[in-house]
Amino acid sequence: MYRYDEFDLGFVRERVAEFRDQVARRLSGEMTEDQFKPLRLMNGVYLQLHAYMLRVAIPYGVLSGRQMRKLAHIARKYDRDYGHFTTRQNLQFNWIKLADMPAILEELAEVEMHAIQTSGNCIRNVTADHFAGAAADETVDPRPYAEILRQWSSLHPEFSFLPRKFKLAVTGAAADRAAIQVHDIGLEAKRDAKGDIGFAVWVGGGQGRTPMIARKLRDFLPEADLLAYCEAILRVYNLEGRRDNKYKARIKILVHEKGTDEIADAIENEFASLKGKALDLPAAEIARIAAYFAPPALADLPARSAKLEAAKAADVALARFVDRNVSAHKRPGYGIVTVSLKPVGLPPGDATSAQMDAVAALAERFSADEIRVSHEQNLVLPHVRLDDLPELFAGLAAAGLATPNAGLVTDIIACPGLDYCSLANARSIPVAQRISERFADLGRQHDIGDLKIKISGCINACGHHHVGHIGILGVDRKGEEFYQITLGGSGDETCSIGEIVGPGFPADRIVDAVEQVVDAYLGLRRDPGETFLAAYRRVGLKPFQEALYADA
Amino acid sequence: MPTPETALWRAGAFAADDWRFPAAGEPVPADGKVALPKARFLAERAALAGRNGPIGVVLESGESLADIEDDVPRFGLIVLRFARYADGRNYSTARILRDRLGFRGELRASGDVLRDQVLFMLRAGFDALEIAHAGTVATLKEGRIVGVHRHYQPASNEIGESAAGLRGWQRTSRRLASN
Amino acid sequence: MAKAQATGALAVTANDLRSGTVVFRRPDGRWSEEVLEAEIALTAEAAQALLAGARADHDACIVVEPALVEITMTGNRPAPRHLRERIRAQGPTVAYGAAAAN
Ligand code: SF4
Repeated sequence: MYRYDEFDLGFVRERVAEFRDQVARRLSGEMTEDQFKPLRLMNGVYLQLHAYMLRVAIPYGVLSGRQMRKLAHIARKYDRDYGHFTTRQNLQFNWIKLADMPAILEELAEVEMHAIQTSGNCIRNVTADHFAGAAADETVDPRPYAEILRQWSSLHPEFSFLPRKFKLAVTGAAADRAAIQVHDIGLEAKRDAKGDIGFAVWVGGGQGRTPMIARKLRDFLPEADLLAYCEAILRVYNLEGRRDNKYKARIKILVHEKGTDEIADAIENEFASLKGKALDLPAAEIARIAAYFAPPALADLPARSAKLEAAKAADVALARFVDRNVSAHKRPGYGIVTVSLKPVGLPPGDATSAQMDAVAALAERFSADEIRVSHEQNLVLPHVRLDDLPELFAGLAAAGLATPNAGLVTDIIACPGLDYCSLANARSIPVAQRISERFADLGRQHDIGDLKIKISGCINACGHHHVGHIGILGVDRKGEEFYQITLGGSGDETCSIGEIVGPGFPADRIVDAVEQVVDAYLGLRRDPGETFLAAYRRVGLKPFQEALYADA
Repeated sequence: MPTPETALWRAGAFAADDWRFPAAGEPVPADGKVALPKARFLAERAALAGRNGPIGVVLESGESLADIEDDVPRFGLIVLRFARYADGRNYSTARILRDRLGFRGELRASGDVLRDQVLFMLRAGFDALEIAHAGTVATLKEGRIVGVHRHYQPASNEIGESAAGLRGWQRTSRRLASN
Repeated sequence: MAKAQATGALAVTANDLRSGTVVFRRPDGRWSEEVLEAEIALTAEAAQALLAGARADHDACIVVEPALVEITMTGNRPAPRHLRERIRAQGPTVAYGAAAAN
C-alpha cells in the first residue's frame, strides 16, 4: 500500500492545523456560519439531522489493519461506537462534536488518513475497483494512478471552488467494478498491443437528478498525459460549467448542453497548452509510486485447496459463503473475500468498533494486512489463502460478519436516508431492513441469484438507485414517504440507467412490490442462469408493470 | 479602485494604490496608470492605443478573456473581481493569463477576498489582493495566515516556491511573512 | 421548514454550535435536548419572538440553523408534527451501533 513520506505527512499535518484554526475562529465567533460552512465542507464536516457528521476518506478504498483500528478507536472515543461505510469509499461518523474535529483529524493523520475534500465543490475522494491488485481479470493495477490523482487533486489551487462536486473513478479491468461510466471522469487503465499503459477516458457521467452515462473522449490516453488531460477537463469545466443552478452544475450537464464534440474540442485545446510541461508524469515517478503497490509476498500454491474442499463438504454454511463471497484471485490458491456489511435486518454499511477491530485482526492474520472498502458498502479482504478460508469464515462469523449474500438480493445498497440525512425525503434503512427480512431465506436468495437493489432517500442518489437492477427512490408525497421503483439499471461495463416502472408505493407496500418484481422475474426467466438483469433486458418493463399494477 | 475600507496587498506587503479607475462618464486621464472595465476598454480601444501611460482592465465576476486576449501584453494590470469567493472561475482565468498568455503585469484579485483563499489565489497567479475584509487584512498584517505550504501541483506563480522532491509536481511555498 | 402559522403550535429548534446536538428553546431562553421542555408558541407573534431570540443566539455563536417546527400536542406532551422533525427530536427510527448488532 501507499505509505506517506515526510512531505505527505507534513501536508496532512498542515491541513489539520489550518482546519484547527478555522474551527477556532468559528467557535470564537470570528467567522459566521455562512463563512464557515464551505470551509468545513471541504474537510468533510456536515451538519446532519442529529449532529455533525465527519466523512473520512478511504482513498481508492484501501485500508491497513492499523488504519481500521484507528477508525474503530475514533468510533469508540468520539462517537457512538460505530461508523457507516458509504458508496464512495468513505467512512462516516454520525455524532461528532465540532470541537473534537481537530483532535480526530490529528488522530487520522497519525495513520496517514484524512478527510480532505470528502465534500464541497471540489475534486472528491478518488475511487477505484475494490478488487484492485488482486482480481484475476485485472489488466493494470489502478491504485498507483488513483494515488497520483489523489495527490494532484489535493488542495488544487485552481479547482477548489468548482461549480459543483467532481468525482473520479479508476479501474484497470474490463469488468467494471468501479462504475466509471457514472462518474464525472471515469478512467479505465489498459495496455495497448505494445504493452504500454494508457487510459480510456470517460467524461460526464453521473447520477443525481439527471442521470447520465459518460461519453468516451479518449480510447487510449498515454499514461504520461494523465494529469495534463485531467487538468484540461477540469479547467474547461471550471470555466464553463453552469453556476446559476446547482441542479445543472455538474459536468454531465455541460457535456449534454454543449455537445460531446464541442466539449471534446475545448478539452483538447486546453490539453495542447498543458501537455509536455510540468504535469507530465515521468516514468520514474510512476514506477516509484507503483512500487508501493507491489503485490504482497504470496506463496506458490496449487489452484485447488483440498483442505477447503473437505471443509466445504462438511459445512454447508461455509460452502455457501465461498460460493457467494469469494472471488477469483490473480494467484492460484488465493481468493478475494467479500465481508458483507449487510446482515439481514441491519443498517447496510454500518460497522461497530468491535467489528472494525475484528476485521483488522483478520486482515492482519489472513490477508497480508490489507482491507478494501467497496462502493457497495462492503469490506473486502483481498489476499486470502484458500486453505485459510475455513478459519477466516469462523472468525468472521464470530463477529457477525459472515453473511453469505454478496451480490444477492439482500446485499442492498442504501444511503442513510431520513434517519440521518438532512436532505432526505424518505427513509432508506428501514426499507432495506424489511426487504432483507422478507428475503432472509438463504435458499431463496441463492435461487434468485445476482440481483442488486439500491435505495436512495432522495434524488441526490447517494444510494445509486439509478444503476440498481431494482432501484428504489424515496420521495415525499404530501408529507408521506413514497417509493418509486426503477428497473434495469446497472453500474458495470454494460452501464444503463434504470427505467421508472410506474407510480410509487407507500412505505407499507414497497416490500410487497419488490417481491412482486422478483416473483415476476422468477416466473419469466428462461433458466436459473438467466440473471434478473439479463431477463429484464430481454423482456423490458412490461411484464413487471403487469405484475405490479395488475389490479390497479 | 480600493475604497477607504479596502487595503491593497501587493507581492508581500501592503501598498498604496497607484492605479486610477475612472468612473463611468469620467474621461480617461492623459497619463498615469489607468484601468477600465472590459466593456469600456473595448469601446475605446482604438483611442487608448496612442495613450502614454499604462493601461489596465477590470473583469467582473463571470467576464471572460474573450476579445481581449490579444491585448493582454499591453496591460499593466488585470483585476479579476470575485463577487463570491466560492465562484472559482477566476482561478482558471488567472492561470491562463500567466501560463498561456504570458501575462507578467499585476494580476489583482478584488471583491470577496478572504484569508482562507489567499494561498490558492497566490498559487493561481495573483500577485496582488484588494481586500475589504478587516479580519483578512489584520491577519496578513500580523503574518498569522495558517495554511498549507506543501503542494502537490505546479502553480502559476512560483515566486518563493521550490520543487520539493522527487515528484515533478511537488512544491513548497514560503509562509507569508508579516509586515 | 415549517412556516409560522397563527393557529398551530410551534417550537424553535436548532443545533448546538459546539456539539451539533439537536436542541429546543426553553421558556427561560436556554436550550434543551428535550422537546418536552420546549417553549410552545401559539400565536404568530409569540413564534416570531421565539425565533428572534433563537436568531440572537445564532449570532452569538451558541446555536446554528434555528428554525420553527410545527408541534402537535397529545394532552400536554408536545411532539414535532412532521416525520423529519420527529426523527430529529427522537433519533433514528432504526437501531444502530452495538444495540443493532446484538
Ligand atoms: S440520497 Fe439523499 S437522502 Fe440519501 S444520503 Fe444522499 S442526500 Fe441524503
